[in-house]
Amino acid sequence: MADCEKALRELDTFLDGELSDATRTAIHDHLDGCPDCLSAFDFHAELKSVIAQKCQNDEMPPGLLSRLEQCLHIELAPGGDGSA
Amino acid sequence: MADRRTFAEQAMPFAPQLYSAGLRMTRNPADAEDLVQETLLRGFRSFESFTEGTNLRAWLFRILTNAYINRYRAKQRRPQETDLAEVEDLYLYRRLGNLDAVFSNRSAEDQLLEMFTDDEVRQALEDLPENFRLPVLLADVEGFPYKEIAEILDIPIGTVMSRLHRGRKQMHRALYEYAMQRGILNDPEPAGDASDG
Repeated sequence: MADCEKALRELDTFLDGELSDATRTAIHDHLDGCPDCLSAFDFHAELKSVIAQKCQNDEMPPGLLSRLEQCLHIELAPGGDGSA
Repeated sequence: MADRRTFAEQAMPFAPQLYSAGLRMTRNPADAEDLVQETLLRGFRSFESFTEGTNLRAWLFRILTNAYINRYRAKQRRPQETDLAEVEDLYLYRRLGNLDAVFSNRSAEDQLLEMFTDDEVRQALEDLPENFRLPVLLADVEGFPYKEIAEILDIPIGTVMSRLHRGRKQMHRALYEYAMQRGILNDPEPAGDASDG
């Protein structure tokens, strides 16, 4: 139980890849022998991936890319702010 | 030292990512468009300070976030530092973790992908107060490491971690409430020992 608490305390840092090798290995070892924690870690890994997938790739307004390109093109042109 | 003439070629491929992140920050397409334009112009004008071969994406996201914060703070006078209600750990997991039993041979990821619409997940993120929304966006959607997020937001790493932890829990609770509202889930309490049933 104490091991489960310790492992769950590092759930975020583990999934974010922010742990030292030693702690990461210790948690891996715990998960190998603890289906309950493994299930919780799996769930959160998948949830994190689903959130990332769904919050990206919004459709850009029509013409935005060309407006941005034009904007940079003007900057680059002689006499533009970026011509110094 | 990076050459301005190559800026558009290098930076434009990131425009769609910057727009999506800008939309999560501003929650408004017109403001997101302005923010991306400002980011690219600022990037162009300071491209000499970018070290060729380092992470251009991180550099652009830093400009994007700064531009957003500056605008936001200009409007607000003081940054909004909202606190969140306490949400128990493993909130969503305790309520959905036994779904495998319901949809048997499909991965939990597939189930979660279907359970929530894009709009619901985006809304759950956008509804977080700014001081929690930015760390969650930068970590969970954009995949930046804590150190980078701490630098971008100019807060200590410990603060990044605690805001991530609490922001995520809040977001998970919002997702649970959406699922309840749509009638996908009808058990208001964790299933407890009944997970085999």
